Amino acid sequence: MKKLLLGNAAFARGLYEGGCKFISSYPGTPSTEITEEAAKYDEIYAEWAPNEKVAMEAAIGASIAGARSFCGMKHVGLNVAADPLYTASYSGVNAGMVIAVADDQGMHSSQNEQDSRHHAIASKVPMLEPSDSQECRDFVMEAFELSEKFDAPVIVRTSTRIAHSQSIVDCEDRKELPLKEYTKNPQKYVMMPAYAKPRHVFVEERTQKLIEFAETSSLNRTEINAGTKTGIITSGAAYQYAKEALGDTVSYLKLGMVNPLPVKLIKDFAAKFDEIIVIEELDDVIETHCRKIGVNTRGKDIFGYIGEISQTIIAEKLLGKKNESVSLDENIPVRPPVMCAGCPHRGVFYALSKNKITVSGDIGCYTLGAVAPLNSMDTTICMGASISALHGFNKVRGAEAEKRSVAVIGDSTFMHSGMTGLVNIAYNATNSTVIILDNSITGMTGHQQNPTTGKNLKGDPAAAVNLEELCKAIGIKRVRVVDPYKLEETEKAILEELEAPEASVIISRRPCALLKYVKHNPPLKVENDKCKSCKMCLKLGCPAISIKNGKACIDHTQCVGCGICAELCKFDAIV
Amino acid sequence: MATKSVMIVGVGGQGSLLASRLLGNVILAKGYDVKVSEVHGMSQRGGSVVTYVKYGEKVFSPVIEKGEADVIISFEQLEAARWIPYLKKGGKVITSVQKLDPMPVITGAASYPEDLIEKMRAKGIDVTAVDALSLAEEAGNAKASNVVLMGVVSTKTDFEDEIWQQALEQCVPPKFLDLNKKAFELGKNAAK
Repeated sequence: MKKLLLGNAAFARGLYEGGCKFISSYPGTPSTEITEEAAKYDEIYAEWAPNEKVAMEAAIGASIAGARSFCGMKHVGLNVAADPLYTASYSGVNAGMVIAVADDQGMHSSQNEQDSRHHAIASKVPMLEPSDSQECRDFVMEAFELSEKFDAPVIVRTSTRIAHSQSIVDCEDRKELPLKEYTKNPQKYVMMPAYAKPRHVFVEERTQKLIEFAETSSLNRTEINAGTKTGIITSGAAYQYAKEALGDTVSYLKLGMVNPLPVKLIKDFAAKFDEIIVIEELDDVIETHCRKIGVNTRGKDIFGYIGEISQTIIAEKLLGKKNESVSLDENIPVRPPVMCAGCPHRGVFYALSKNKITVSGDIGCYTLGAVAPLNSMDTTICMGASISALHGFNKVRGAEAEKRSVAVIGDSTFMHSGMTGLVNIAYNATNSTVIILDNSITGMTGHQQNPTTGKNLKGDPAAAVNLEELCKAIGIKRVRVVDPYKLEETEKAILEELEAPEASVIISRRPCALLKYVKHNPPLKVENDKCKSCKMCLKLGCPAISIKNGKACIDHTQCVGCGICAELCKFDAIV
Repeated sequence: MATKSVMIVGVGGQGSLLASRLLGNVILAKGYDVKVSEVHGMSQRGGSVVTYVKYGEKVFSPVIEKGEADVIISFEQLEAARWIPYLKKGGKVITSVQKLDPMPVITGAASYPEDLIEKMRAKGIDVTAVDALSLAEEAGNAKASNVVLMGVVSTKTDFEDEIWQQALEQCVPPKFLDLNKKAFELGKNAAK
């Protein structure tokens, strides 16, 4: 059966066919749809965990219990889950365990461009890298087999272009597997020094066996074209770019397993050609390995370490070819992403911007508060850092900073790793003000449930964390809730809490305007005779409001009638 | 057959994902190899978005680069203009006449260029411009302008109407099917 599937959907198909029984993940672009698609198969139990560390630990537990298990995350999520990963490498698996990590070359939706292969190398865990949707499905199934054969969790690394490209996939039926027997085995599963030392020996021996496997596995394949003088070593999306640019004018060694890398296979391939070029995105992992085993290559001197490679970059750098193209000789204004019309975060950021508050930001849709016209963010580091970094900032700058600074963090991000930062504020006492932007969903990744929403991944009712009670239990006495559509009330709450003599939490509560169950008001209109063209409403950065013929104008297809522009208008021109 | 490259461009939230899925399913039904590359995540929030559709005997790279697109399908004028350098010599543009101000225009830091469609034509580009938004509203929902535009596209391809109709049935939830079929027809008629 042939289907046109997104890389992530093909990945989910591989999990299904490969007999996966348990999934625990945390959403992160471009990995999210693997878990969403897999959750559609009734045979698989799937959940959103509060963060990637919890997800991976849950998947490890399920594997030890005897079920093939999976956890998926984006590249930066693997940093959060690195702790269990490095030890799961030692303890290994019972039933197979597969980890998806989705890198984001080009930073389409991420705060950095790290290369996850380093985690596979450092944790000594095998890593596969598919080049299209068919390979996503095939490699996941192979990864389960490898995991059980070599007693290791196996990482499958994708990238934005693989995860979010659809291509044709040949699908088969699911292989239903019984639970493997669980036998108590502390020497394998209790990683304290006495038991971990022999496991490290095991890990090193396993790596040697994996290298032997890599020499002959069909995951790594050569494509020799007669008469060619250049050999290309490549993997992942870069393989596709190379094939498109260079066709059969070169030969290829396509590596489907990127950790550990083969030795003899590469040496034998290299011996056939005058010149070897490694085409790999981000870091020089394959190239460094080649040098280490005495194979001279070019690579990063041509392609560099930054962003995505493409067929035109390869054609230009290696063949000196450049496509002809036309341009309009016109200054085309950029169109950066913006907070949606009716976004509940807008009111909070307007109040912060107006009062020139220092804002310690976090990861989510609300990071868009950093851009014009709100320009209301000073820092964004990683998930959860808004709260912990604000504490450090305030500790060294003292009372004056405490009265002029806040942290902003979404509900899902707060559950992920913000609450531990709040514990630190309470425990180590800064007079910090934290705003939880509770839009009742994980927004940026496309509406995933989280522990505060009262629903689980399948949409069924679930326990909901009560944020007010949680913050109080942590030791924050001043906790209040505001509606960010009420501009005046929101601003007043922020200013009062900044002045308060102790730490406080403001929960800005209003569901995401894109949620299907949210009822919208009729779109607002500008009464032209009342509009004085003061442009006050434009300060909100609402994509539905613009100036047409000198007067404010509201796009009725976008406006959801949130009313904050009407609150702001001094002339009652917006109705 | 040489690989054909189609770009679907617009503003996040305009429905380019459905448009690309429709086209992808039509191509699959015709038995070609196909890749459809989408953008999810942050850029979807009102930013400039682009989807690449490539088909032929064998497709390798999922992305389309400057000077490679046979067709650009655009939901918005400024976005059509933005991606013109990606058009191959002799390539076609099919665009909605809709204009959406980007944030730099809203804040006054930049202005929306005038007469973009005329300027594209002055460069010798084959441009088909339709009022997809009004037609979608006529069909019953402004959100269906993506399907109106695909109706226009269907008249510029060799793919049979029957295959387009099947793709609509595969990609659109049953309760919106009638509305979308009407939108598709309006698009087809507008192209004539």
